[in-house]
Amino acid sequence: MTTAAKRRSRRLIPTLALIGVGALALSACSSGGGSGSQKESAEFAYLSSDTNTQISTVLKIVSKNQCAAEQKAQPLKISTTPGTTVDQKLQLLAGQNALPTMSTASGTPDLMKQFIKANKIVDVTKALGSDSGSILPAAMSTIKQLYGTDDAYVFPTEFNIEGIWYNKKIFQANNIEIPKTWDELVDVSKKLNAAGVQPISTDGKDGWPITRLISGYLYRDLGTDAMQKVADGSAKLTDDEYVKAADAVAKLGADGAFGSSVGSIDYNGMFNTFLTGKAAMMYNGSWSLTNFADPKQDQIGQENIGFMPFPAVTGGKGSIDDIPSNIGIPVMFSQSKYGPKTQAWIKCIANNYGDLALANGGVVSGFKVTKVPDNLSDLTKLVQQKVSDTKSSVLWFEALFSAKRTQVSQSNAAGLVSGSLSGEQFMKLVQDAQ
Amino acid sequence: MKSVLGDKRAIVILVGPALLVYSLVILVPIFWSLGYTFFNGSIVTGFTFAGFDNFVKFALDPAAWKAFGFTIKYAVVLTVGQVVLGYLFALLYQFWLRKGSATIRTLVFFPVVLPTVAVALLFQKFFESAPQTGPVNGLLNAFGIASVDWFGHADSAFWVIVIMDIWRSMGFYAVLLYAGLVDIPDDIIESARIDGASGWRLVRSIVIPLSLPVLLSSVIFSINGTIKVFDSVLALTNGGPGNATTPLTLYMYQTAFTYGDYGYGSTIAFMLTLLCLVVTIFIFRSTRRDLTKG
Repeated sequence: MTTAAKRRSRRLIPTLALIGVGALALSACSSGGGSGSQKESAEFAYLSSDTNTQISTVLKIVSKNQCAAEQKAQPLKISTTPGTTVDQKLQLLAGQNALPTMSTASGTPDLMKQFIKANKIVDVTKALGSDSGSILPAAMSTIKQLYGTDDAYVFPTEFNIEGIWYNKKIFQANNIEIPKTWDELVDVSKKLNAAGVQPISTDGKDGWPITRLISGYLYRDLGTDAMQKVADGSAKLTDDEYVKAADAVAKLGADGAFGSSVGSIDYNGMFNTFLTGKAAMMYNGSWSLTNFADPKQDQIGQENIGFMPFPAVTGGKGSIDDIPSNIGIPVMFSQSKYGPKTQAWIKCIANNYGDLALANGGVVSGFKVTKVPDNLSDLTKLVQQKVSDTKSSVLWFEALFSAKRTQVSQSNAAGLVSGSLSGEQFMKLVQDAQ
Repeated sequence: MKSVLGDKRAIVILVGPALLVYSLVILVPIFWSLGYTFFNGSIVTGFTFAGFDNFVKFALDPAAWKAFGFTIKYAVVLTVGQVVLGYLFALLYQFWLRKGSATIRTLVFFPVVLPTVAVALLFQKFFESAPQTGPVNGLLNAFGIASVDWFGHADSAFWVIVIMDIWRSMGFYAVLLYAGLVDIPDDIIESARIDGASGWRLVRSIVIPLSLPVLLSSVIFSINGTIKVFDSVLALTNGGPGNATTPLTLYMYQTAFTYGDYGYGSTIAFMLTLLCLVVTIFIFRSTRRDLTKG
């Protein structure tokens, strides 16, 4: 080695050492990756999403009344995070074993499966033990289908059925009967268009109210296992019978069912169009009841809104009675903060949530209801009845997709109904997104 | 001063803390990210060594190449737009408006100081077609032309992003290039004029060659900035419709933070870094050759 080279290496060593020390310091800060230290937290910390205030409301009520003893042992502390970045936050917290005792779950089932696999969240069926019957069978069925587990790992703080809400006045004024089949829905759409009424209000910006129509068609045409087959790999979205569903929805869009510039309409825009009487129908979940109950938003009146299940497909294997359902954004419990005090909270919440959510905000949850309040609207009663009667359910289009496939599906949905993509192109894009 | 800077211990004390912070904040994450390119998995489920799988995945990923193509197209169009318009404004300030250019300079520079998200919201409303009709479509309607769904088609969405970003940044390049034009000695311009050069001939033979160094600096600034475009696209179109306006940066962000695939996300980041490096080297090389010729 020359003198210059020696001098250079002598200068390099401290620099490398510095970087090494820095790296060590950083790795010391990061997690060890284990599943948790079983240290029960002194507080019952709940990380809420700013898009849902209902859960916090119920928790505050139970902490003062039904769960006062649990509150004394482990006081409730609520913090809030923006709903748009909740998945990123949960991933980072889970990676560091720092998930709070209770938190909003991820809306991406694929991420939830990772939490379950890595033993980051509590098996609530086991935690509830003999009280696990407080979760409704239909909600339990949805949770199991969603995460591919035998037990429940989340609390169904909502239980929503989905379908088509329609404006009774517009239907009456145009002499329209509730469509029972997809072909009838297409005819109704044409008739409304001819009468100068936008047939369906949708949200092309988020895309899911459009892709729900594809899965609705698939379940009616191919049966309740249509999307499970895609998840298993025994069928592909590019198969003819799957493309047929996307083509049917694209055709509906080409006929002008969704109005103009679908991709520019967001979630609020979709509600606004329907609730101001500018559109005859809207595909949405029963969480819309909150919007229907708000007189500032709802200018057509709750009494003028009807609910119909997704229509059947002529000659299809599915039944019109298979109602798509979901558990909204549920809540989960951290394994690393779990202990007897948290278990007591979990039992107490499960035994009281159903009644309190319905009485305070009219939210239908996935928990058993023992007292139906008298002041519920007819629509809420209808939904509550349907939820109680449902024994099994079907999932939505993206439920079993990876996060990437979900994003590709939802971001291209507007293109499908506005003519930029054919059914085949859309399904290929989604199928190829791994 | 010389004795202080000649003492190695003094250098270590003066540079050491800054170097340590720089290493911890910049270098460690860079190398860490480079390390991730050889792993699969997520921070939740843990990582497994994957060799060059992520690079193979990138090579075979049509979405990645689409994002790559969009990034190049955007960078080229925007660099040409920013620098040409900025240069035209600089010429306007220097040769036509002269001392009275301060107000115009301020007005053209104004969008540079506005927050990107605010500008994006402004342009969203400007080009809106539904639920409300924006001013642009309003104008089209006034001439009997039907509204255009600007954000519903790949081409129109691309041009809206280009128009917005040129409007937002040309003031900066105008000021930068104006500084270069001010440096050209008046007597050279004057003697060229006496020799009969004026208008386009004066600009082509005197002004452009003498402002070439600053012009090339602007191109390097612009191309490096536009290759890394993120905030304006995120706020205006969020990469849509579909993934038609998704640059590599946004694809990297989605892959790492939305899909939780840090390994592949880091690979996209690495490819983006390579792209920046290649483009910068290419421009530097061509600059050097031009200057020796000139």
